[in-house]
Amino acid sequence: MNWSLVPQQFVTGLLNGGTIGLIALGIVLIYKSSEVFNFAHGHLVMFGAFLTWWFTGGGAEPGGALIDLPLWAAVIAALIASMGIGLLIERFALRPMTGQPLLAIMLMTLGLAQLIEGVTAILFGVELKSNFPAPFSPSDVLIIPFPGAFGDAIRLKYTLVATFAVATLAATLFIWFFNNTRTGLAMRATAEDHEVARSVGIKVRRVFGLSWGIAGVIATLGGVLLATVSGVSLNLSTVALIAFPAILLGGLESLGGALLGGFAIGLVQALVQASRLIEVRNSSEIAPYLLLLVVLLIRPEGLFGQKRIERI
Amino acid sequence: MAMLRPAGDFDRSYEQDMALLRQPWHYWLLGVSLLAAFTLPLWGDAYLISTANQIAYTVIAVQGLNILTGYTGQISLSQAAFMLVGGYASALIVIHAGLSFFIALPLAALVAGAIGLIFGLTSLRVKGFYLAFATLAAQFIIPWLSRHTFKAYLGGTEGAIEVPLPQLGGVNFGEVSNFYYISLIVLLITTVLLFNISRTRLGRAFVSVRDNDLAAELLGVNLFTYKLRAFFIAAMLAGLAGAIKAHSQRGVGTEFGYSLNESIIFLGMLVIGGLGTNLGPFLGVAFIVFLEDFSNLLGGMLAAVFPELSGQLLTSFRPIFFGLALMLFLIYEPRGLAHRWQLLRAGWRLRPFAR
Repeated sequence: MNWSLVPQQFVTGLLNGGTIGLIALGIVLIYKSSEVFNFAHGHLVMFGAFLTWWFTGGGAEPGGALIDLPLWAAVIAALIASMGIGLLIERFALRPMTGQPLLAIMLMTLGLAQLIEGVTAILFGVELKSNFPAPFSPSDVLIIPFPGAFGDAIRLKYTLVATFAVATLAATLFIWFFNNTRTGLAMRATAEDHEVARSVGIKVRRVFGLSWGIAGVIATLGGVLLATVSGVSLNLSTVALIAFPAILLGGLESLGGALLGGFAIGLVQALVQASRLIEVRNSSEIAPYLLLLVVLLIRPEGLFGQKRIERI
Repeated sequence: MAMLRPAGDFDRSYEQDMALLRQPWHYWLLGVSLLAAFTLPLWGDAYLISTANQIAYTVIAVQGLNILTGYTGQISLSQAAFMLVGGYASALIVIHAGLSFFIALPLAALVAGAIGLIFGLTSLRVKGFYLAFATLAAQFIIPWLSRHTFKAYLGGTEGAIEVPLPQLGGVNFGEVSNFYYISLIVLLITTVLLFNISRTRLGRAFVSVRDNDLAAELLGVNLFTYKLRAFFIAAMLAGLAGAIKAHSQRGVGTEFGYSLNESIIFLGMLVIGGLGTNLGPFLGVAFIVFLEDFSNLLGGMLAAVFPELSGQLLTSFRPIFFGLALMLFLIYEPRGLAHRWQLLRAGWRLRPFAR
């Protein structure tokens, strides 16, 4: 370990983890309400980023943009659009699959992921879009004095701090919504038992639709946050895949666990980069997956998940 | 799914009852299709031969996945990674040990099978989509290792290495029309070995694990060893397929594919063909390979019309068509093309009565 790098990497990793946690939250939300594990979430994240980029007029020639919104308006427009996409996905892809075996539903989301990838490529092109409007310039750096760290200070990009703030705020808001509102209660009841939820007057279909809509919104928000840090490209879906280790670490049924898992994965990814060995430094790409294997072997239900008890 | 046979076709002995080829036309069909397959390089054009070669080795990989996912019910997202292992193993054995490709091929299958066992160990603890995550991890870790950790040992840049051409006697397998025979014969061997598996003790144990693992355990099926056997067979067949692919493309490494996408496509092929059927891998692979060729053709034609959009037109039809085909099959025909074929045969046999 290169100890002088650790404080910097620790903070950076934690800040990156916020976005991962937010993305993970969207997957857990759908899993909790409809027991569908959404492998297409990463692609929804990517699509949301592309949508936002398009609404800011990024795709057009300068001056000749069809739509040219400021970033905040573009984000809102993309959030509304992605809510619609979430509803469409639920209606046309997942509802016909109700009652099908796990493998079929999983493959449905994988097929959906491929479809979204192709549609994104044909609508927006395949190359990296580096002109995503950044709210802060990359040279805006917050310097916190920290004796013992490299250069005796921790440098934080404003962008990173802002994405962390937005991600944790949004995640807390959604968790609050899920735990404290009437709709959230309906969603939790549906997650518990569809029949019982129906018998107390909850429209289960509407809840499914709603949770996909909300998941679309969360995904787009995550996509915007990822894009402000690294630009918009088809790779965002792969970047968003590291939300899976975060979910398993936190436990599939726990929203708070997803957020904490996100922080943990962000930390792991950043801390391996403080190593002196080049092999270990390179492994930030797969370190989350190694952690995933360890979690699966030692504690498959995750830190805050429910232990599975099977009835014969 | 017992198939009805026409009235009057009575079995008089156990051998007759268990026969795989039951009627004269079965022999005819087998003979004609084998003849067509073996003479393909004589009458087919280059495109057809290379497509047939690609189909042959892909079918082997999907057959392995069929054992693991179709029969045993364990979801695997890492078939492409095991292909990569097989490709590297075979190439390194040929390059460094100086053995012939025909000896390296089974050895590569064993190496891939051993790696498959390591990741299969997680199946003891987890099942369902938890297992999908374990295999997802394998799909990320194995290609990454080949690109970073072991690249010095593998040689080449970024772990990609050139693979020598197989030779046997005076025959050089550099031409795809010659190489095709290797793929075809390996495919025939795996097909014959797997054809009857659902009627053996092993195959029945696999199916019982899939249908209800707790009940299977109560009946005396050792879940752990049978799951590991399924993993071993799947990874072994992937290794075979990977070795053949590596030698026919004359190179192996992550730049030749072997990505998560490829693993997903294998699963899609299996579902479209029909999970847990012998015919499924053949139908599914052929369907997807031709669908991909069609989408490339369509993309190319559109790119000629709109040259400024060529970048996105050439790449985007493949995932769109694949995704749509997979989704439509899952909604309208989850049992795949093999089931359609069964229905067609039943309809023909019961004609003129309703199905």
